[in-house]
Amino acid sequence: MGFKEHCFKKSLWLFHFAGASCNNCDIEILDCLTPRYDVERFGMLLVGSIRHADVLLVNGSINQRDKSRLLELYEQAPKPILVVAIGACGCTGGIFAEGNTFAGPVDKIIPVDAYIPGCPPKPEAILAGVVKLLNK
Amino acid sequence: MVKKTLIPIGPYHPLQEEPELFKLYCEGEIVKDIKWETGYNHRGIEQLSEKKTYDQSFFLVERICGICSTSHPFAFANAVEEICNIEITNRAKYIRTIIAELERVHSHLLWVGLAGHFLGYNTVFMWAWKYREPVLDLFEMISGNRNSYAMFKVGGVRRDIENNKIPQILDVLSLVKKKTDMLVGAVMDDPVIHARTKGVGILTKQDIIDFAAVGPTARASGVAIDVRKDDPYAAYPLVNWKVITAQAGDVFAKAEVRLLEMYESISIIEQCLEGLKKEKEGEINVKVKDIPEGWGTGHAEAPRGEVFHYVLSDGSNSPARHKIRAPSYTNIATFKKSCIGQTISDATISLAAVDPCYCCTERMAVAYDSKTGNKIMNGNELIALSAQKTQNIKNQI
Amino acid sequence: MNTDEILKNIKDAFVSDVIDILKKSETRVIISIKPSSLLQIAEYVFKKLEFRFIIATANHTKKGFEILYHFSKDEIGLIANLHVVLPVEKPEIESLSNMFSATNWIEREMHELYGIVFKNHPEPKKLISEGNWAEGVYPYRREFK
Repeated sequence: MGFKEHCFKKSLWLFHFAGASCNNCDIEILDCLTPRYDVERFGMLLVGSIRHADVLLVNGSINQRDKSRLLELYEQAPKPILVVAIGACGCTGGIFAEGNTFAGPVDKIIPVDAYIPGCPPKPEAILAGVVKLLNK
Repeated sequence: MVKKTLIPIGPYHPLQEEPELFKLYCEGEIVKDIKWETGYNHRGIEQLSEKKTYDQSFFLVERICGICSTSHPFAFANAVEEICNIEITNRAKYIRTIIAELERVHSHLLWVGLAGHFLGYNTVFMWAWKYREPVLDLFEMISGNRNSYAMFKVGGVRRDIENNKIPQILDVLSLVKKKTDMLVGAVMDDPVIHARTKGVGILTKQDIIDFAAVGPTARASGVAIDVRKDDPYAAYPLVNWKVITAQAGDVFAKAEVRLLEMYESISIIEQCLEGLKKEKEGEINVKVKDIPEGWGTGHAEAPRGEVFHYVLSDGSNSPARHKIRAPSYTNIATFKKSCIGQTISDATISLAAVDPCYCCTERMAVAYDSKTGNKIMNGNELIALSAQKTQNIKNQI
Repeated sequence: MNTDEILKNIKDAFVSDVIDILKKSETRVIISIKPSSLLQIAEYVFKKLEFRFIIATANHTKKGFEILYHFSKDEIGLIANLHVVLPVEKPEIESLSNMFSATNWIEREMHELYGIVFKNHPEPKKLISEGNWAEGVYPYRREFK
């Protein structure tokens, strides 16, 4: 078992970063924690600080001002960390890619391990994405 | 000398147009001043809209806010239809109203849940979000998506609600009504919630006028403004309902207004479904030839207040200027009145009361000691502080 | 008070400052005024006639910078727009934020997007441009041939 597998073997703690988004994805991520989906039964927990996190969830298009914040967060994160881009905006910039403050989709700024497309992706899709990531 | 502390909240909280960074300046436990920085969520939507055609703009304005994803297209449709001077069919009016009111129900449920979470009352959080799901299922049945419905277009709606779907909608409504009774009981009769929210974050009538606040925030302070009544659009003049107001202006009054509004919404949807049965299926569109030169202002009542769109047309197929104002834009500024003088533990619920939504505080709120710059408190601890206060009150009662 | 009475009141109170009144329908009007008289007319509309301020829209056209101040009289559903045109060379106008707080943000936003100067603004700080674009760049300005 390699070092990375060892790190991600047990409960994953998630940190959620919302860029310049329309907050649909944010709500769907929160929805995963509520009774119908309840990811906490798999040991996944939304944490308040990036220093406690194993996974960084990023959604929304990233504008110039968010860019430096995202880079700072990525540098603060304990390595190895898994980065998941959620939603059409996180994956490509979506409908906001032509905006005057757009700084690039998430993978132009930090390395991304998994993409969960959709506008917004359903909670089931988010769960499926995380499960695929774990089995990678 | 009193030690001053600076508590930044934000910048990333997702539920409004722009995530902002709030800085609470505190002396001891008391908030003395509040400042904010915005721009974290500037996407240049007004400029993007000028590059898109009217039909494409609907998908863009839908993505201003994922929770108000009907109200922005609604106001935009009102504005463009004012330019074209067209009247849509009754069936389309009913369908638009049903979608908008279903959205109000799920948005208010979402708010009640989050408000409960900030008070350390997670039972309400889980209940409210659990019973929000059937409403989202309805949206999925009607439009194919849980959040962005893409139902609106100039001159009508894109999809019909067929009459054979009506019984299923009524089933969900009766379930939501029952569960709203339960939530109202859980919130209104709870002595701890009374102790935590009454007299907290008060906004007077004068503050509302000064900051031009709208929606439940204004109605909780006795200012009875509601676009649905004042400047009726779609099916609102065809159905029977009343504007809910409260007088106190505190957090409790805002919760009361939102909870009672859910009953009104359910009643509006039921009447619209009745009306739908009388109209012929499939008559959902009016043919629009072109958009003439001119201007139009449209507004619609979103769950959080008035959404305002101004559209200037030069006769081409895309807007020449498109101005958008979301309700939180004016409501957030009232923090300057509602938070100052409160304790830090009350600040979270005062900020959440206008429904900018604060799930962000879980992520980025960090307290710094202004002298040393050391981190002394993060978002979870802020919520924990609030929950601790609730626990203390509970023990006393 | 209905729309016609309100328009007549404004016209009578500011005979020389109102340039034109366009009544599109019972609930939508545009009142074109001289920029120098904005403060007085806005005060009259907001305090005397008790309108609610909605928002202001700026636009860059061939005429210059046009600003529409949208006010609403909720009892009768009337939206009244105060319209001013500012010259491109010197876009300056008096700030309304000292009278009521609701214009505070939108004036700062218009300054950043169009470079319109609001005189005597109580809090002339950046609102949305910080980190997004440089000072002195006004992204919503247009070029005309």
